[in-house]
Order: sequence, then C-alpha cells, then structure tokens
Amino acid sequence: MLLHDWLEAHASEQPDRVALVCDSRRYSYRDIDTSAHRLAATLQAHGVRRGDRVALYLENCVEAVVSIFAVLKAGAVFMPVNPQVKADKLRYLLIDSGARALISHGALGDIVSTALGDAASVALVILTDCGESALAGREVVPYDRAVSEPAHSLQPPPAIDQDLASIIYTSGSTGEPKGVMLSHLNMTSAATSISTYLGLRGEDIIFNVLPLAFDYGLYQVLMASRVGASVVLHRSLAFPIRILEAMARERITVLPFVPTAFSMVLNVSSLKSFDLSCLRLVTNTAAALSEAHIRAIRAAFPQAELFSMYGLTECKRVTYLPPDQLDVRPLSVGRGMPNEEVWLVDENGKRLPNGSVGELVVRGSNVMRGYWNKPQQTAQRLKPGDIPGEMYLYTGDIFRTDAQGYLYFVARKDDIIKSRGEKVSPREVENVLYRLDGILEVAVIGVPDPVLGQAVKAFVVLKPGCELTAREIIRFCLGHLESFMAPKHVEFVPQLPRTDTGKISKRGLG
Amino acid sequence: MQDVKGTVRQYILQNFLMGDMGVQLQDDQSFLDHHIIDSTGFIELVTFLEATWNIQVQDEDMIPENLDSLDNIERFVRSKT
Repeated sequence: MLLHDWLEAHASEQPDRVALVCDSRRYSYRDIDTSAHRLAATLQAHGVRRGDRVALYLENCVEAVVSIFAVLKAGAVFMPVNPQVKADKLRYLLIDSGARALISHGALGDIVSTALGDAASVALVILTDCGESALAGREVVPYDRAVSEPAHSLQPPPAIDQDLASIIYTSGSTGEPKGVMLSHLNMTSAATSISTYLGLRGEDIIFNVLPLAFDYGLYQVLMASRVGASVVLHRSLAFPIRILEAMARERITVLPFVPTAFSMVLNVSSLKSFDLSCLRLVTNTAAALSEAHIRAIRAAFPQAELFSMYGLTECKRVTYLPPDQLDVRPLSVGRGMPNEEVWLVDENGKRLPNGSVGELVVRGSNVMRGYWNKPQQTAQRLKPGDIPGEMYLYTGDIFRTDAQGYLYFVARKDDIIKSRGEKVSPREVENVLYRLDGILEVAVIGVPDPVLGQAVKAFVVLKPGCELTAREIIRFCLGHLESFMAPKHVEFVPQLPRTDTGKISKRGLG
Repeated sequence: MQDVKGTVRQYILQNFLMGDMGVQLQDDQSFLDHHIIDSTGFIELVTFLEATWNIQVQDEDMIPENLDSLDNIERFVRSKT
C-alpha cells in the first residue's frame, strides 16, 4: 500500500466526487489525480528519481495538494515547507535535505531566488503564476505547463511501502530543524488509525485552514483521500468572518482546529448567525484545550463531538480522548490510538504502572524512520525495542496516567515552546537575535498567553552604548523567522542570571 | 485627513518589514499573499487603525476587501471617518 493509492482508487471508482474546494473552485478526484499524474511525468522528465526530495514551498492551495500526490507518483519524497519560512531557513532546508526540485509561487520568487543561491542540489524550479523564466541560474517551469499534457509519459517507479514518502521538518532544541523521515507505511498507518477512531466517512466535508506544511493540516488531505471525503481548503486565519462564511456555505461536517484558531473564531460576535448545523466532528491537537475552551466549543457547536488529541510529527498522532470521556476527564488527551501501543517509562527506561509520571514511549507502524542525516538525534528518540530490528519512539514528553491509564500532559523534557500550536525552538530564535548588532546576550522562553497558548518572550542585554527598541528586535525576527517564532514580548535587562558554571540560566525568568 | 496610505506604509515598514523589502510594497499588493502580515499581525494593524483614526473596526469589517492592501485600507478608513 502506497500513500497515493487511495487517491488513485477514488479517482477510478468515483471520479466526479469533489475532492477539494479551494477559493470557491471545486476539483474532483479525477481532476486532482490527472493533474498529479501529469506533474509527476514532468518531474520525472526533468530528472527527479525515486527517493529524490522535492520541496513544496506552497500556501494551502490546489497546487499544493496536486504536488504532494505528484511527488509520490514519481516515487520521490515530498518535503512540505511552511510558506512563512524566510530565505535563510529555506536555504538551510534545501541544503540539508539535498532537495532535487522545488515547487512554489511566483509571488515568493524573491525569497526562492535568495534561498537557491548555494543550494546546489536543486536542479528544477516550478512556480505558479509565472511565465517562462530563470531563477538563480535554474530553468523555471511554469506550473500551468507542468500540469498540461506532458511530452513524456510517466514511468511508474517500483516503489514499495518501505520507501520514504515525506520528510517533515520540525524544530529541535539544538536550534537546527530536523527532518522527520516518514515512509509510506508510516503515513498510511497513521492515516488509517486516525480516520478509523474519528469515524471519517466518504460523505464528510472537512474544513482545513491549518497549513499543509503542518502534519495536522497535511493529514486532513491524506485521510480524506482514504475515505473519499472532500476537503475545503482555506489559506489563513486572518479573516475569521471569511472562515465562518466558507464553513456555512460548504456545509462542513469536520473541523480540525488548534486552540488559537478556536479563540479567533469563537470570539466573532456574529458567530450564531452562521448555520453550522452540519458540523458533526471537532478535533483539537497541537496544544491542550482549557476547560473554558472546551465549554465554549461545546456551546458554539452543541451537536458536534469534540476529540482532544495529542501527537508529534515523529509518529503523527499518539492519543485521542473519546468524546464520551470529555466530561469524566476533560484535561486528559486520552489513550493510544488503534494499532499502536503507548506506555510511560522512568529515567532508567523501566515501564511504569498506571498512576505514574514518566516519559511517554510509542510503538507502532506510525513511528518515523529517524531524522534525516542526524544519526545522533535519531538515537536519542528511537531506541531498540524487544523484537530485533524494531525501534520505539521516546517522545521526550512527560505524562502522568490515572488509574485507568488515561494520559495527562505534564511537561516537555526540553525547553521547546508551543506557540499557536507550533513548536518554537528557543535556540533558533536566540541564534537569529545574536545576529542583530547591539545585542550582547539573549535568553528566550515561553510565557503563558490566553490566545497563543505560549507567547515567545526574549530577555535582552544590550551592548554598552547600543540602543534598540523592542519593536526593532521583533521586526528583525519577523524578517528572519516564521512569524509564530518572533517574540511577542521583549524585556531589556542589565544582565541574565547564571548557573554556578557560568551558563545562562533561564530559571526565574518569566 | 492625513495621508492614509503613507501613514500605514510607515507603520508597516517600522513594524513588519525589513530593510529594502519595504521598497517593493505596492499600493495594491496583498499583505497576505506576500507574507507581509499574518493573522496576528492583522490584529495589531487593526489596533493601529483604530487608535490613529479614532474608528471602531467591527468583526464584520475584518475582511480582505478592507484590510489586505494599502489601497483597501485607504478606502476603508475614508469610509469610516
């Protein structure tokens, strides 16, 4: 079973079924499959081979969905990149992954051009909304031409489910993003388990405003392709009224959200005037919901079942709380999903009984194959299991269990911040801030925030005689980091606290 | 009334844009398409518009036709004042 088999099956069995709604345009399963097939042939004709990485630096749009399946059909590995990423980081991702091709938008051409500078592996660039041109010495193929009838037919590669399907980059505590390697088996297993416990079905209409570069958003498309459902793809949370209009107009039945998105939409004063009576499933992950949030969601969508869930890119999803348990244990993220085993261990790796606190360990076909080109970091997360050759995922997240084995998040073992549901590495932010003239020392932490979950806060010591305003510092970060990584708060301090060995200590900051 | 576009352009340059990226900020350019402002940035922008022109931006006003370019903001602010 390969990850694109579902799309092909639905394109053959129910070709006219709507697969995607985007900018009010409808695309059938046949439309998506045909475009993906043609794009795959174009990739192949330009030298993309089995196992090659193809970066998708795209907004939530039909081109992104087509590109995901096209890369898979070509036997290559799709690498979704958040379009908020700036040139420096895009360059790092292209070089680290050794990407062979890049698909993006004409509007992002300047950033792409800068990033391509020394990313020598990238031989092919495909851009939407763009004519024949060249960027940084590479031929640019316009997307429209890439999905038109190709001169070469696609030679299906001999791919199997052990091949990599995707590399998804995630923030690491070292400050260097790590590429999570996921095989076809990893992804079909996760998509099957999740869509099974959610009870997704072919009639469902799933609303997705979460970035396709974020696994939670990406899996909406993958799971829809499994059950033959439709996805209504939306680009941004910036205009909540537009989101509510689209949800009502398309009569959506499934709403995957994160706490920040709930806050933005539930705060709209005219919420009750939108007919959302078709909505039957609401899901949350990426950050925990407060009890107040849970009450507000249920009041807004009384007929819908609410699933609280927890996961990490390294295995996609770990747990879910069945909706009938929400009143019993509202703050639990539930138990392991189907075809997966989870447990807690102590510091010596010994399994703990229910009612304990320890690190969460995951076992299943959904567990990643490791971090791309990072054997040391892989060894910290993947450790040999009882059966020879099998690896267990040590999540680095501390949980407690109640007497029935339901899990409650306690803390992370590292200092990663969760802002707007996205992981932020304090080191990555600090590394950027140290490039700003005038900054002597900096320490970045997460502080509680009612909308963001955690907000990024920077404590800054300026060099003598230097003057910088908080806004100048934030603006510098916005120019070099995804916007969710930029500090919301900057506090100037005369010095930072130190440990006995002279290292900066973040304890007591806040 | 003061120059709406100039004032907002200045605000965006000072708060969101780095260096020479500002030179490219066209009057009809979508802030969203060009990643100049994201969802939380629009909330900050609205706070700025409300304070600068003493207007009230309702939830219903939070649409791209009112906020997602310098041209749109000028039209919107003039309609409110």
